[in-house]
Amino acid sequence: MTERDNMHSIVQEITERFKAKPGPLLPVLHAVQDALGFVPAECVPDIASALNLSRAEVHGVISFYHYFRETPPGKHTIHLCRAESCQAMGAKQLEVHVKSRLGIDYHETTADGSFSLEPVYCLGNCACSPAMQIDHDIYGRITAETFDEIVNELGESA
Amino acid sequence: MSQKIYVSADSSALSLGAERVAVAIAKEAQQRGVEIEIIRNGSRGMYWLEPLVEVGTPAGRVAYGPVQANVVKSLFDSNFTEGGTHPLSLGLTEELPYFKRQTRLTFARVGITDPISLQDYLDNEGYKGLMNALRMDQANIVKAVTDSGLRGRGGAAFPTGIKWNTVLNTPSDQKYIICNADEGDSGTFSDRMIMEGDPFVLIEGMTIAGIAVGATQGYIYLRVEYPHAHKTLNAAIEKAYQAGYLGADIQGSGKHFDLEVRLGAGAYVCGEETSLMESLEGKRGLVRFKPPLPAIKGLFGKPTVVNNVISLASVPIILDKGGDYYRDFGLGRSRGTLPLQLAGNIKHPGLVEVAFGMTLRELLYDFGGGSATGRPIRAVQVGGPLGAYMPESQFDTPLDYEAFAAIWTVLGHGGVVVFDDTVNMAEMARYSMEFCAVESCGKCTPCRIGSTRGVEVIEDIINGRELVKNVALLRDLCNTLLNGSLCALGGMTPYPVLSALNHFSEDFGIDENAEAA
Ligand SMILES: Cc1cc2nc3c(=O)[nH]c(=O)nc-3n(C[C@H](O)[C@H](O)[C@H](O)COP(=O)(O)O)c2cc1C
Ligand code: SF4
Ligand code: FES
Repeated sequence: MTERDNMHSIVQEITERFKAKPGPLLPVLHAVQDALGFVPAECVPDIASALNLSRAEVHGVISFYHYFRETPPGKHTIHLCRAESCQAMGAKQLEVHVKSRLGIDYHETTADGSFSLEPVYCLGNCACSPAMQIDHDIYGRITAETFDEIVNELGESA
Repeated sequence: MSQKIYVSADSSALSLGAERVAVAIAKEAQQRGVEIEIIRNGSRGMYWLEPLVEVGTPAGRVAYGPVQANVVKSLFDSNFTEGGTHPLSLGLTEELPYFKRQTRLTFARVGITDPISLQDYLDNEGYKGLMNALRMDQANIVKAVTDSGLRGRGGAAFPTGIKWNTVLNTPSDQKYIICNADEGDSGTFSDRMIMEGDPFVLIEGMTIAGIAVGATQGYIYLRVEYPHAHKTLNAAIEKAYQAGYLGADIQGSGKHFDLEVRLGAGAYVCGEETSLMESLEGKRGLVRFKPPLPAIKGLFGKPTVVNNVISLASVPIILDKGGDYYRDFGLGRSRGTLPLQLAGNIKHPGLVEVAFGMTLRELLYDFGGGSATGRPIRAVQVGGPLGAYMPESQFDTPLDYEAFAAIWTVLGHGGVVVFDDTVNMAEMARYSMEFCAVESCGKCTPCRIGSTRGVEVIEDIINGRELVKNVALLRDLCNTLLNGSLCALGGMTPYPVLSALNHFSEDFGIDENAEAA
């Protein structure tokens, strides 16, 4: 099976699973992104026809929500909190460090494909600011040093 | 009998290493042949002490913290499983002043029970409210909530009972209960703590709401940034179904209520109730015009109750102990308790549930212990990213909806973010405008375009360009936002911006003379 056939079958399985639910589009997009890491443009026609929507509607929804991405992410996605509580605890200086350590800006992926960097506006970890999330793991009271440690560890296992 | 050891699985505790601590304790106990049972509870909300380790003793739980994995051996050497003393000993958890001085009604079980043990929930007064509700008629359930004086904890503080009454009295073949668990406000985490620490109380509150208004389907709209809450909620929902607390015939009453968690996708505006419903329907989260009210035409056009997590999680105790019991806490038109969240540059960050009426200063100093850096506290943003910045001169304001409104500030969802004197308030104002631009749903021109213009104007001010003209322009822009926005994202962005400008004008390069000019 080619990668493309594989993708079509994954999307078909997902739309079948959620089709009967009221308001199935977001659950479908989440499942697709969980399975593929992003929502490839080639999936849009499949999703649209399975859910009886126009392609423009599906595309409009994908682009409205910050969380859905249309390009493949790096091996790990770092969500760095930019919001007020984290700013009060040095998030801006941390942001400068993170960007220079990774050599990328927000919405970019490192050249070796290890890390993508995304801004996030609060992770609910404000009592442990500054905070970030890497994939499903959450980190608090991060310093430049602890950031480097975490990233080195993840980078080695990459 | 094996000794019970508590290590929180709350995501903030995890963010500080609680998982490694739990693993280290299990391993060390095994090596030493000590019989223990590790319970992964919610957090007590004293985050400067997390990872907190507690041990059950005949006198009550004894606490140690903050614990890292590398001190676990020495804890065992000190015989901590019997409550032995150690340099990290904190004594009895419930005697710690931060905890003892609180009035925990909504958070009664958080940090105490095993969040996904239904038995633990039942053993600690869980589902007593629902059992009462099942014996009452619908109007009386709604009346109890109305009598309690409970107002929405999501931000707008609308009386919950009145909302429910509208849905109850709107006939329809289908009605919905939506729990707003989008918790987008920066500086807030009380919803997360409930969902991770006592999910059954939210499930019970939603079930009572469903029975009260005649809704058979509930949705929890949860932000995608909360993967741990997602797992905990789903585990608890499954148990509630298995034990007949959800589903077709709740506890043999013939009442029906189904519940499902739906994930958001990182849009702040989807916390606004009509945008949330659009999102649940599978659309872009554009804010709807009101009327019609969601209570009359809401999700899929049907009458819908939309309530915040804390509002719904406060319902079980009201139905258990009565509206009057809840109402007796608080003052004026702010009744009951408010779970405040202390965050930012504060020595003792955490969750503080108290009756309305305490002053902001007491919260900041008696609970918070002043700033984390030890420098003077200069500004405090209360009520999330759309809340005003408050200077020292306003710290004596009592935590009460009306007292806050009277000075053009908001309590909102109870988030309190503290800044020391190194903050640059013009930068914070710029950030507020930027946030509005990033998160705008795009429906109103002032919000969509004015916010980007606002960023530019504040940058010009920061760079000292045509100060007088640009300050006037910024005020104009804020007026347009205040008056020309469909929802509070555009409509309240002027709160942080103008409060920063008015109270901290020196950061904008304005001296008295320029202001007079
Ligand atoms: C931009 C915007 C974001 C909001 N975000 C939230 C939120 O994350 N959680 C919440 O409960 N209410 C939020 N609200 C308020 C909701 O619109 C609504 O008032 C609330 O969910 C009603 O529940 P309550 O009466 O129990 O507070 C937001 C409002 C606006 C305008
Ligand atoms: S104020 Fe902004 S977010 Fe609110 S409806 Fe208008 S454009 Fe959308
Ligand atoms: S403001 Fe950063 S986690 Fe809440």
